[in-house]
Formats: sequence, structure tokens, C-alpha cells
Amino acid sequence: MCMTDEQRLDQLREQAWDKGVVDGRGVDVAGGPIPRKAGYYGKPVVKPPVWTWEIPVYFFVGGLSGMSAVIAVIGLIFQQGDVARTAMWLAAIGAILSPILLIMDLGRPSLFLNMLRVFKYQSPMSVGAWILFVFGGCAAPGLIALELHAHQTFAGGFDQFLQVIAFLLILGSAFWGMFLATYTGVLLGATAIPAWFLHRTLLPIHFGVASLGSAVALLELLGHRIVPLAALGFLTAGIQTLLWIWLEIDKHGAADRALHEKGSGWLIRAGEILLGPLALILGVANLVPLAAISFLLGALISRFGWAWAGKVCARDPEAVFASQR
Amino acid sequence: MIGEGVQSTNQRRHNYVQENVEVGFFTDPTVCIGCKACEVACKEWNEVPEDGFTWSGNSYDNTGHLGASTWRHVLFLEQDQQKGQQIVGSLGDGRDPFRWVFLSDVCKHCEEAGCLEACPTGSIVRTEVGSVLVQDDVCNGCGYCVVSCPFGVIDRRPEPLPDAGGAFKCTFCYDRQKSGLVPACAKVCPTESIVFGRLDDLRARASQRVQQLKQNGYDDAQLYDPLETSVRGIHAFFLLLGGPEAYGLPPKPQVPTIYLKSAWSSAIATAVAAFIAVLCAFAFL
Repeated sequence: MCMTDEQRLDQLREQAWDKGVVDGRGVDVAGGPIPRKAGYYGKPVVKPPVWTWEIPVYFFVGGLSGMSAVIAVIGLIFQQGDVARTAMWLAAIGAILSPILLIMDLGRPSLFLNMLRVFKYQSPMSVGAWILFVFGGCAAPGLIALELHAHQTFAGGFDQFLQVIAFLLILGSAFWGMFLATYTGVLLGATAIPAWFLHRTLLPIHFGVASLGSAVALLELLGHRIVPLAALGFLTAGIQTLLWIWLEIDKHGAADRALHEKGSGWLIRAGEILLGPLALILGVANLVPLAAISFLLGALISRFGWAWAGKVCARDPEAVFASQR
Repeated sequence: MIGEGVQSTNQRRHNYVQENVEVGFFTDPTVCIGCKACEVACKEWNEVPEDGFTWSGNSYDNTGHLGASTWRHVLFLEQDQQKGQQIVGSLGDGRDPFRWVFLSDVCKHCEEAGCLEACPTGSIVRTEVGSVLVQDDVCNGCGYCVVSCPFGVIDRRPEPLPDAGGAFKCTFCYDRQKSGLVPACAKVCPTESIVFGRLDDLRARASQRVQQLKQNGYDDAQLYDPLETSVRGIHAFFLLLGGPEAYGLPPKPQVPTIYLKSAWSSAIATAVAAFIAVLCAFAFL
């Protein structure tokens, strides 16, 4: 219709005068300016997580300490006593900080022991609580035994006994530590939140590799500049670069847009860039402390990004519907 | 008395708990009058705290959604059937272009319940009547059930409400059922839009009702009971007019435990690969 607004008004007046009624359609409400919200008045279909900052920080601390225990036991096997001792300190400190963070996040912190009331293999939260408990039970006495042996506190046979005990405890903490670093991906992956469960294969790899890289980066920052750690630093940054590409390619439209768009999407992206390409470039440029800082920052930021994306995704009814179509 | 002369299962005493009979709710929006007696009865009987008076602007619904302090929630859907591009005016064939639907939403008491599977403390249990119950004295408020419910029902109660920190949802009035009484919401429902009874009876009654409605011209009447997904059916099921999305119900809900296998495989593979990578780095470099 090519006429000016004034001509249209004149036409309406004429029609009204002639016929006594105007048959125009008026404003098209369906295409009007009021947006229709998805679902039931745009209300969330699944509940957003109630977790606060403690949980992403725990993912970072727990993962780092778990993988530190792995480095410690292998350092002991290959006569790298210095690295092993520092790594074991990181493992033990993390083993103490992790439960504190988790208890702080509970709705009823005084009932934290109920976590060990039952064991449920089908609940990643239950399995994780037990992994953390056994890990701590190995790591803390493992460090004490290792230090007593290192300082030659006792002589002769008992010292040899301590050495064996220290090794066994550290081996135990390494075994549970590698699951402590990866189960958190299962914890997020086995939920009703599309942005998380759609990436349940990527999440444990992402968290596990970020944990190993964080342990390596922190050891490097603490002055352990040895070839195996440098190589592991490149390896983890390289894998994180690939994981970033994977995440950018593996998009599920509205279902996981919280991972790619707006604040949460950009936080994850910032984390991945710090973990992957930036840490890699800084490493190649031989700026080891900067590469390590970049990786550690990225590991922390991406954990916050994933936690935030879960909240954003849960509040978006379209995301749930899209994941089920 | 209300409902006199009508055969009712809602006002009868029963021994379902003692006899281990699976029970359910069948909620039928076509007879719901939107009175919210179920919401009030639930709050009063269960002493659920008041969690704020807000004006939503969404029809007559100022409750919003199910949560830690809302265990029954009456939805008010304002639906329009469009004619061409218009949504106002007569359809010309005598049918009303508007539809106002009321539905009382509640915890679904899933056959495979995400919250129950996820609970690390064993606080959430399955009762003799097949309902899913949170034992408040055991719950430590970890919040994992909240993200594991495919229907967004259970939530952690925030401060400063009474009993804050724990996870709460519909109890199916387990305390009343143990004494042979009907859940409070069903007891008060004046039109028996909420029906309480044996699960098998209700399923038969529900499919009969869908057939009846279809014969009466409600072409989009359907039963919402996801038997074909991993949830394997719900014990509180609904009759819907139109698709589940408009009611904020997931069209194909899945219990998150089905994701465990692939997630754990990835976690174990990553753990082993990380161990081998560190071993190789120290052995060969």
C-alpha cells in the first residue's frame, strides 16, 4: 500500500461516512510489539542451581590438588623428590580447603556428615563426596609421612617403614585424585540442565585437563622449572585449545546458547582463550610465569563460566524445549 | 454438602500405606475453576511458610511456579485460537476464540525420580505408596536434587524462612495417608479436578476422560504422562488441552541418570590418560 498516513486517514474517513463501518484489520497483535514469551509466561521449566561461588572455586581447588597428587607419586617414582614434595603440599592443602568450600555451600552446614551416611553409585554427588573423603584421608597423612621421612625424623627401620607408608598413601591419593579432578564434569553433566548434559562428554575432559594444567602451572610458578612439567604445560594448553574449538563447533542452538552468548558465553570463551591459545603462545615465547598465570586464571574463570551458564540456561524455557525436540 | 450424590474417591478413608498400594493424582483442567483451594489447603496443612506476595500480571496467577514453599500451583493459561493474522474477534463458526485454562500443578512423583537418584544423603526416599518423600531431618541442603529434577519442582528454601537450607517439595501428604486420609489438596478440591486414588484406577479413568473430551470436540485433549521416556511415567499426571510447553511442562522429560554412562566413561578415560601423560613426561623427558 503506497499512500501517506494522511491519505490513509482520509480514506478511512470516507469509508466510515459511506458504509457506517470500517473493515480494516487494525493493529496486528500477533505481529505487534508485545513479545510472546516461551512456555508458561516465560517461567523456567527446570530450576536454576542454588550453588554460589564456593562450587566453581572448589572445582578449581579440588581438581588442582587431585592432579598434584598424581604428579607427586610419579615424581617419587622417578626420583624427583623436590617436585613430589611441593606437589604433595598442594594436594594436602587442597584436600583441606575442598571440604571447607563444600560445607560452606551447604544449606545446612552442620549436617555435612550426612554426605557419608550412604554410598549411592548413581549419584555423582555421593560418589564425589566419598572420593574427596578418601582422597583427603590419603593425602594429609601421606604428606606428613613424606615430610617425616624427608627430615629424617626417625632413624633406621622406622624411617624405611615411613617411606613405604608415605608412598602407599600418596599412591592412594593419586588414584582418587585423578577422579577428584574429573568427576566434577559428571556432576554437572548428569543433571536436567541442557547446557550441561549436552556437553557431558566434554566436561570431564575439560575439567580434568584444566586440573592437570593448573597443578603444573602452580608448580612452575613455585619454581619447579623441569622439562616434564614444561611438556605437560604445552600438552594441556594444546588440548584446551582443541576443546575450545570443539565447544565452538558443537552448538545445539537454543538448547545451549548460554554457553555461547552474552555474559556467561563470553566468560567461558575468555576462560578457554586463557587456558588454550594464550597459554600456548606465552609458553612458546618462553614466558613461563605468564603462561602459567594465564592457564590458572583461565581454569578458574571457565569454572565460573560453566556454573553461570547453568543458571542462565535453566532460566530459559526455550533451552529445555529445544533440547527435547 | 458439596459433591453429594457424586461417587467420590477423594473423601473416602483408605489403607493404601498399610497395603502397599501405588497411588496417584489425576489432575483435570477441564473441570478446574481456578479457586486455589488446593494451594491454600496445602500451605495450611503442611505449614508451608508464606514466601512473598507479588503481583505477577500473568492472568490470575500470582503464585508463579512450584518451589520450596509452593507445593501446589494453579496455572492460568490465556490461550487464543487465531483466525488468519488476527487474534481478536469472532471465529464465525460459533466457537470462542479465547480459552482460559486452569491447571493445578504439583510434584509429579516420577517412576524414575531424578531428585531421588541424585540425593547423596539418602534423605529422599520412595514410600510404600510409590510417592517420593524428602526426609527433612536428613537433608543437608547440598542442592543436587534441584538441578536433577526434569520438571523444576524441588528447590532449596532460602533464608529467612523457617527450616531454611533444606530441599522441599510436595510430600503427597504422606502423614495424612499413613492415617488413612486423602492428601489435603484432593480433599478440598470442590470439582474433583484433583482426583486421588489408586494409580491403576486413575490411569484408566484419565484415558476414559480424554476419549470423552475428544468426542465432545476438544480435539487437543491429551494425557501428560511420559511413559515412553526414561522417567517411565509419573504418579501425578495431568490432562492437558494443547501441548505441554504452554503449561511449562517439558515435552520429553528425561531422568538425568541416563547421562551417567557417557559422562563417567569420559571421566575415567580422562583420568587414566592424564596419569599416563604424567608418567610418560617423567619417564622419557
